[in-house]
Amino acid sequence: MLPILLLFSFFLLLRGHYYPGGGFVGGLVASIAFVLHSFAHGTINTMKILGYKPLALIPLGLGIAALAMFAPVFFGYPVMTGLWFEEPIPVIGMLGSALFFDLGVYLVVIGVVLTILFTISLYTH
Amino acid sequence: MLFTLLSGLITSGLLIPFGKFFRTKWCAVLILLPLAIFCYLLQQIPLLANGGVRYEKYQWVPSLNINFDLRLDGLSMIFGLLISGIGTLIFLYASAYLKGHRYLDRFYAYLCLFMASMLGIVMSDNILLLFIFWELTSISSFFLIGFNNDNADSRKSALTALSITGLGGFFLLTGMILIGNIAGTFTISELIKSADLIKGHELYPLAIAMVFIGAFTKSAQFPFHFWLPGAMKAPTPVSAYLHSATMVKAGIFLLARFTPILGGTPAWSYTLMIFGGFTMIYAAVHALFRTDLKSILAYSTIAALGMLTCLIGLGTEAALIAAITFIVVHALYKATLFMTTGIIDHETGTRELTRLSGLRKVLLPVFIAGILAALSSAGMPLLFGFISKDLIYEATLHANQQLSIYLTLAAIITNVCLVAAGFMAGIKPFTGTLPEAYKKVHLPPAAMWMPPLILACLGLVFGLMPQLAGKQLITASLQTIHSGSDMVYLKLWHGFNTVLMLSLATLAIGTFVYLFNKADEKKMVLLKPFQAFSPQAFFGKLGDWFVDLSEWYTNIMHNGFLRSYLIKIILFAELLLAYELLVGGPIYIDYSKLSAISVYEAVNVFILMAAVILTVITSSRLTAVVGTSVIGYAICLMFVYYSAPDLAMTQFTIDTLTVVLFVFVLFNLPPFINQANNKVVIRDTVVALGFGIILSIIAIRVLQVPTDIAISKYYGDFAYTLAKGKNVVNVILVDFRGFDTMFEIVVLSIAALGVYSLIKLRLTSSEKE
Repeated sequence: MLPILLLFSFFLLLRGHYYPGGGFVGGLVASIAFVLHSFAHGTINTMKILGYKPLALIPLGLGIAALAMFAPVFFGYPVMTGLWFEEPIPVIGMLGSALFFDLGVYLVVIGVVLTILFTISLYTH
Repeated sequence: MLFTLLSGLITSGLLIPFGKFFRTKWCAVLILLPLAIFCYLLQQIPLLANGGVRYEKYQWVPSLNINFDLRLDGLSMIFGLLISGIGTLIFLYASAYLKGHRYLDRFYAYLCLFMASMLGIVMSDNILLLFIFWELTSISSFFLIGFNNDNADSRKSALTALSITGLGGFFLLTGMILIGNIAGTFTISELIKSADLIKGHELYPLAIAMVFIGAFTKSAQFPFHFWLPGAMKAPTPVSAYLHSATMVKAGIFLLARFTPILGGTPAWSYTLMIFGGFTMIYAAVHALFRTDLKSILAYSTIAALGMLTCLIGLGTEAALIAAITFIVVHALYKATLFMTTGIIDHETGTRELTRLSGLRKVLLPVFIAGILAALSSAGMPLLFGFISKDLIYEATLHANQQLSIYLTLAAIITNVCLVAAGFMAGIKPFTGTLPEAYKKVHLPPAAMWMPPLILACLGLVFGLMPQLAGKQLITASLQTIHSGSDMVYLKLWHGFNTVLMLSLATLAIGTFVYLFNKADEKKMVLLKPFQAFSPQAFFGKLGDWFVDLSEWYTNIMHNGFLRSYLIKIILFAELLLAYELLVGGPIYIDYSKLSAISVYEAVNVFILMAAVILTVITSSRLTAVVGTSVIGYAICLMFVYYSAPDLAMTQFTIDTLTVVLFVFVLFNLPPFINQANNKVVIRDTVVALGFGIILSIIAIRVLQVPTDIAISKYYGDFAYTLAKGKNVVNVILVDFRGFDTMFEIVVLSIAALGVYSLIKLRLTSSEKE
């Protein structure tokens, strides 16, 4: 289940700009994927798959979102102006700063949800 | 001009990382900063001839009318010179006084910040900018007064000073906003033009009352004077700087600055004269009862400030000349006296007047400085103080008939006491026989005794050649506050007249009082019974009440129970919404516009209601959780029916996760105990029903209000053209309202960190047990 759900969540993230989906929902779906995995294999095994603590995803996501937010400033536009590459990239489609912002949201949501759930499940039993 | 302000601010910031290099003798390098500013200002003097003003304008927050508008006119110049000039000497003095102190770098950082904010006050052309610097002086002086932060007394007096001046600042801001709104501008040069408009406005009395409270708290006027003697806990260089030329003069500066805008009305004049007059007599008499050198100086400072307030209130040309001259004179001699006191304290270890005598034999240069300053404060001929005393009497004598007697009398009483107080502080410790204990006292390094000596000699130089100061500086600053003034001629000799007689009489009586007022600790006992009525006691009580009030409020509003927070929030929302609905007018339902209810929807609603009832009446937690998730999924279906796929997806995933979360948490909770009694159940039911009803009414109301489709149309139209996205909801999230999203994810992260640290923290503390 895990790979499929993760793929689906990523798909949701990418299509967000044109069809229902986006970083927030994508992040939630990905978290559900990990939560289901932890039900099946135990939280500690899920943590092993993740490689490191979900807490680390939060600053990473925040950083990406902030970068995407302030990137236009370096090109001389106001904060949060959408920047887009000229040519669409295969598979992903149009790539722009909004997508990176969404990616940041995606990571933060996974980080937050998993941090809360795993902390509770690991430390309160 | 901008650099004069920014250099101080930047230096103080840079001292945080690089401070350790300036803890040693290298701190002397910092003296160059005020010195450079002083030289720069000196250079600018010729520009100000004939009322010239230099402006510099920088945009800052134009939408709030806060701009970095600077002006350099006569008044700013005279204050700027005092601030930077005395600042230079204080920097030098402190380098020796606090030599080897652990936090010398911090001290200089605070001092730089303070100096820069003082310069900011006097150079602002925008009253809101002025206010910002005003507050900065309060904050930086808090750090300076509480510099010996391992001493409880010191912390307390710093807090007192901050609360009093902070309170005043609050009122001042109100006053400034009032004035700015009446005149429609926040620029001082434009406010002066609309002075008549402001004076004629019905809110004028309120505005000046606010400005007065601001100025009085800063300049320690009765009944806010008591923070100043308390602030004597600061290291002496701080007292010398704050209480001679800077902090306390800020209030005086404010009054002088606003004289052309608000001054000249009876309300303005009489209030200032009454408060100033009372303060000066009250404080001057108080000074005589003290035996601590710094306390004497503190009270005589308050008296001098009262005198200045009174003179500005009088507001005639003669009075304003006297005020400006007295500002300079007072700054010169008071800084000197503070510094000599500091040296005495530093070398002998005491400031008790009863124990000090005969120090002239060991501290000769300090003695010279002290005696010059004391004589200047006494108004001895040939010294600058004499000229200012003459001007004061001239101003009070030439006030209108009834006032002149009272004012002159008040001025005489104050001056007599000030003569005595000045002698007590500047001469008494040095005369008489030298006690055995102080035989070994030796002269401190030159960096300590040079600054007071320089200032004292300046008093002599200006006394001999008053035109040096009078010709340009005092004329220029007079012209800024009193338009149409001619050149000011300060003269050493006015001829035999009433003024001279008064001056000499004051000097004689003052000397007499000094000789007969023996320093004695018993005198303080006489004042004891009045302590209970003093403003200090009153404000102390006020502070206690405030603490009680906040405790009571906190206990009610923040008792730590989630249920009590929830009920308060919901009740408040109910009241607010219900009021809005009541005001909003009648409600009706237009059945013709409603679409038909399909079978799916009806079934869905039925499931939803069943789930609600189940959740409410169940006695098992798990069932309740399942019930709420059923509600969630039912709502999710509704979103699907009404074509909101994004919402549906989010709702669905959130609900799934919530159930998981609940299940995790439920493991750790005790079995379900029904703690609520009937009363609580009924209360909760009423609140919940009320909320439901109000929301339903709002929903109906939303139907009847013609939907403003402009907003959704805007997003719909521009989502693709501006942000290149076809999914409007997502485009709103990541582009149009990107900032909101950004802050939301920040909040989410904080919540996660909170949960993480709370649970981890509790675990470690239980592990310790």
